[in-house]
Amino acid sequence: MNVTQKISKPYRRKLDLANGRVDLSHGSGGRAMAQLIADIFHNALDNDWLRQGNDQAAFDAPSGRMVMSTDGYVVSPLFFPGGDIGSLAVHGTINDIAMAGARPLHLSASFIIEEGFALADLDRIAQSMGKASREAGVPVVTGDTKVVERGKADGVFITTAGVGVVPAGIELSGDRARPGDTVILSGTLGDHGIAVMSKRQNLEFETQILSDSAALHGLVADIVATAGPWLRAMRDPTRGGLAATLNELAYQSGVGFRIEEDAIPVKPEVAAACELLGLDPLYVANEGKLIAIVAPEGGAAALAAMKRHPLGCDAAIIGEAVADERRFVQMVTAFGGGRIVDWLSGEQLPRIC
Amino acid sequence: MKYVDEYRDGRLAGAIAERIAAEAARGRDYYFMEFCGGHTHAISRYGLEDLLPANIRMIHGPGCPVCVLPIGRIDHAIRLAERPEITLCTYGDLMRVPGPHGTSLLKAKAAGADIRMVYSTLDALRIAEAEPSREVVFFAIGFETTTPPTALAIRIADKKRLKNFSIFCNHVITPAAIASILDHPDVRTLGAIRIDGFIGPAHVSTVIGTQPYKFFAEEYEKPVVVAGFEPLDVMQAILMLVRQVNDGRHEVENEYIRAVTEEGNLKAQSEVAEVFELREAFEWRGLGIVPYSALRLREAFAQYDAERRFPVVTEPVRDNPACECGAILRGVKRPTECRLFGTACTPETPIGSCMVSAEGACAAHWTYGRFREDTAASVGQRAAS
Repeated sequence: MNVTQKISKPYRRKLDLANGRVDLSHGSGGRAMAQLIADIFHNALDNDWLRQGNDQAAFDAPSGRMVMSTDGYVVSPLFFPGGDIGSLAVHGTINDIAMAGARPLHLSASFIIEEGFALADLDRIAQSMGKASREAGVPVVTGDTKVVERGKADGVFITTAGVGVVPAGIELSGDRARPGDTVILSGTLGDHGIAVMSKRQNLEFETQILSDSAALHGLVADIVATAGPWLRAMRDPTRGGLAATLNELAYQSGVGFRIEEDAIPVKPEVAAACELLGLDPLYVANEGKLIAIVAPEGGAAALAAMKRHPLGCDAAIIGEAVADERRFVQMVTAFGGGRIVDWLSGEQLPRIC
Repeated sequence: MKYVDEYRDGRLAGAIAERIAAEAARGRDYYFMEFCGGHTHAISRYGLEDLLPANIRMIHGPGCPVCVLPIGRIDHAIRLAERPEITLCTYGDLMRVPGPHGTSLLKAKAAGADIRMVYSTLDALRIAEAEPSREVVFFAIGFETTTPPTALAIRIADKKRLKNFSIFCNHVITPAAIASILDHPDVRTLGAIRIDGFIGPAHVSTVIGTQPYKFFAEEYEKPVVVAGFEPLDVMQAILMLVRQVNDGRHEVENEYIRAVTEEGNLKAQSEVAEVFELREAFEWRGLGIVPYSALRLREAFAQYDAERRFPVVTEPVRDNPACECGAILRGVKRPTECRLFGTACTPETPIGSCMVSAEGACAAHWTYGRFREDTAASVGQRAAS
């Protein structure tokens, strides 16, 4: 007699995506965790690697120089105009890889979830990650899930890592800026920081300010194809904004920068919000912009390549690298005087990404 | 941005700069004190020094509420916050101000004190309402601009019979501070600082009006021009001061007519008068004990006074002997004349309060203007050429 036929298939309660909440069992390694991963993460991020169900993803390594990067995301609120922590976690790490001039290949994602977090929100975040990753053509191939007790995290924290490959002949690094190099900014400043802030402070503007969160590897590929040999460095001005990024590059390269305030694009509504909140757009975070440092002879070509791409249509040359042992970032203000654009001191906006 | 860009127009600034240069008499120097940190910030942020002729010298005044708060008051706030029942609500600026022995509110928070950053008095009220089991203390600070909102919060708390809300009151008064500077021996007898005129406060004057400055103009024979915080306001005020000095006039003039009247905001003044009374004496960093220069809650509102409600023991605390904040706040020294400036004292590791607030003379000069100290070419020189 075949006894197994008598055992009915165990009833598997579906995840209650409408009203359910994450509990400690979802991180315990048991069936509940397997179900959470399958129903939410695999469903949203689906690809061959995830379907294999391994603890790692195996793929062929392309020839050439590889780059690897990782970033943690703790933004508050989790959902903001123009994006959410999920899309941000995909875009941010893709951008960190792309800034080396690289083509991003694969991502990993690790979730630390607070007990009691709504399954509906987790699903929404996973779906958003899936959409961002499909649109970018960069799959999330492996991941991890942990659940911590209530109060030990704030909703969900996400860490993504990624790998990419750099085309032959391209070598970008923050220490390669030289006096005379052209500084190009790919678009308007401050959109992401103000979008997040507006949600936090319940600010109502006539036009809603959307985060600029976007994957920049397409734009980077165009710049590399057009102006590759002249490219010295690229960096995305996230936390600390343009000011922090230029100071980092100045420090690494041992040069100064001289920029013109009038040349820096800022949307009028962002400028107005900054005025209201007492912020300087130069210090506000961006998630879909890059700064390119280009040898002077390649500046025009790089700018033209950026302007042709939808994510770089507002690109502008904002200044140049100069010889300066003190490594100051100086700016001619719109008013005609000079000032330093210093490192940010203290925390201007906590938990912006 | 409408109504803002107009006051930051570089072309107009150039035209005013030309007038100033043309009218400022050669062979004499003009020393003007901008009282407010808001003006100090605008001067540094927009690089106005590059637009002014060399014989016009701006002296930074004490009008930065965070800067003039003596260390003892920071110590008092930290001790309040360390009491387990207290939630201390404060503006972010105050978090990093150094207290005695390397303490600060930021460090006290990291060590477990319940300290929360708020944007307004009303945020603190909301916390008190939402958490009735906590004793919510608001770190009230500022000149006449921020006093009316505090008065309003007290009135709301009183109306709602909130038992768990109080303020640690550090509100101070502008005219008393100006008098203290002008009466200081440095100015009166020693001649260590020369002040030919004042740029009068912007936001403070929207509340108190231009009337209170008449006394200084007449008694001390110093011209006062009340000016807005936009860079063009400052340039225009300097031109008006130059003209007064040249004409031998000492009047109160109002450049900021779009916001300031002679009598000020009477409603706000009466709200403040109803809730607050003058303290006989209050310590200012740099100026010492200044009589009748600060406010405290009236007896009728004593239950909202954290100082009376939660007695804490504090010891008198002296400033770091090498720190020149006191002399800088009186206009006797410039930030660069302090040997801690840019060495031990930077915005990341401030020793004196002037390096903490964005309105502080040291922070403004360090953050925006320190390239002028070195010989290498600066953007300012290029902009001026």
